Amino acid sequence: MSSTQQTLAAGRPMAANRPWRPVWPGGLPIGWRGSEFCWAIAFLVPYLAVFLAFVVYPVAFGLWMGGKPELYAELAADPLYVHTVVNTLLFVGIGVNVKMFLAFLLSGYFTSRSRWIRALLVLYMLPWALPAIPAFLAVHWMLVGKWGFLNSLLETVFGIEGPIWFNSYWLALGANILAYIWKWMPFWTLIFMAGRMAIPRDIYEAADVDGATPVRRFVYVTFPLLAGLYLICTLLSTVWMIGDFTTVYFVSGGAPALTTEVLATLGMHEAFDSGNPPLGVAAVMSALPLLIPLTIVLMRKVHVSGVQL
Amino acid sequence: MTVGVALVIWTVMPIYNMVLIALDSDADEYSGNIWPPDPSFESFQVIWTQGYWYLENFWHQFGNSIFIGLMTMGLTVLIGSLASFALSRMGLRRGWLLSNAALLTYAIPSSFLAIPFVHIAHRYGLSDSLWAVIAAQVMFATPYAILIFQQYGKLIPLELDDAARVDGASPLQVYLRIYIPLAAPALAAVGTYALLLAWNEYLYQFLLLSSTKSMTVAVALDQFFDSDEAPWNYMMSTAIVYSLPPIAIYYALRRYMVAGLTMGGIK
Repeated sequence: MSSTQQTLAAGRPMAANRPWRPVWPGGLPIGWRGSEFCWAIAFLVPYLAVFLAFVVYPVAFGLWMGGKPELYAELAADPLYVHTVVNTLLFVGIGVNVKMFLAFLLSGYFTSRSRWIRALLVLYMLPWALPAIPAFLAVHWMLVGKWGFLNSLLETVFGIEGPIWFNSYWLALGANILAYIWKWMPFWTLIFMAGRMAIPRDIYEAADVDGATPVRRFVYVTFPLLAGLYLICTLLSTVWMIGDFTTVYFVSGGAPALTTEVLATLGMHEAFDSGNPPLGVAAVMSALPLLIPLTIVLMRKVHVSGVQL
Repeated sequence: MTVGVALVIWTVMPIYNMVLIALDSDADEYSGNIWPPDPSFESFQVIWTQGYWYLENFWHQFGNSIFIGLMTMGLTVLIGSLASFALSRMGLRRGWLLSNAALLTYAIPSSFLAIPFVHIAHRYGLSDSLWAVIAAQVMFATPYAILIFQQYGKLIPLELDDAARVDGASPLQVYLRIYIPLAAPALAAVGTYALLLAWNEYLYQFLLLSSTKSMTVAVALDQFFDSDEAPWNYMMSTAIVYSLPPIAIYYALRRYMVAGLTMGGIK
């Protein structure tokens, strides 16, 4: 591994690579040796202990639990599982893209200097600040039954009789997706706002001097400069959303009749309600062929751009 | 303007619904009202006095949530800063391997690891123990901590370490006297992140804590669903009380949170 690669990999130029610091065979520059090497190890021990005991061991144990091919044959033969895979793809595919696109547009809206818009931003952040359970409980109760708050509102204001949301597959799935967007869009909006603020003003001034219209400013300045950030955020959000459990568990709870489950909730369901942990592990592990490539691409992107937003 | 109005309605509706149910005195969620007909703070008083059997241990459970949050915060900051000090300032040759392993953990969805983790916790004798939850939270928060500390550590000149070493400081002294004071903003950002992560988490608390004495508020909230006759106004007011501390932290530290995000980490 060359030193450039090392630097990219660690995200930080290492002391050991600095030419003016001669390196000992043990990897420590002159000065940090002997007892100091022991110090370095001692500093790492707590993390290594946590890592081995609570990451490596459970991961290995999980791989062992879900390692039997029969489990996957059993899953593939189960129509509920196939249906759940489709749900997961819809939930993540629609959820991530709609959320990121809207967050990107809204980040432009919120960078306005108007005092009203600043005040609105404070309110808009609220779903992000709420803990997930109260947030999703609130959404659930808003839609539940015939006379949830939303239906009461529709009836009172427009005189429309609302549907029973969790009796319809598409409405329930849509409710899950919208609840997820509602909770997490503010966070990504803030990220994109930070990204926009980091664009130097003189680029825009130069564009103005050249007579660029707002659309051209967006197409030729803002978007190219934020495209990398947009991609990283989309990948990261996808990884997180594939593993999301709380939204579906609390909003639709799988209703109607377990048809809106996603892999994360199905896994817990198999493991703890049906008492078949290996099958539960197999269900979530079947997302790995999607998750691993995403993670690899994400890590490469993050290293190249140095995670700097 | 239309965008603004739409955003307000979109954001506020579920939250308004929460408040509406909490203030409704007759506890029937099917009332079909969009305004509380007879608003009262009775349900908050019931929580305060623990006057309902689901809420018998509310303040104890609230204490459990706080304990998990604070322990996760302290341990994440301690373990993360020690590790990133050793990895990025002591020039370990294979250090990048460990940093990368840490980053990979960041990409493991916590729900995917839950099933084996529960088994492992039982093996460690940590069933129904708050420490099992703390271990899980620390493990998910530390990779982010290491990421942030390494990014932030770039801003602290290595020459300071050298100068201290020339004066005969041990690595521990360099860590305590130079690294920790100078990295204070990063420590605060990571600490807040870990605290909120632990406060917001549900799945591990639900799977690992079973007795009413070790339960947290998050798990207790879910208990309301076990009964058909549960008073939903009590549930919603519990949810509101549970939401207040993180909301206070988010709004008090709003500027620093955004600064923390841009400091080089995501989330």
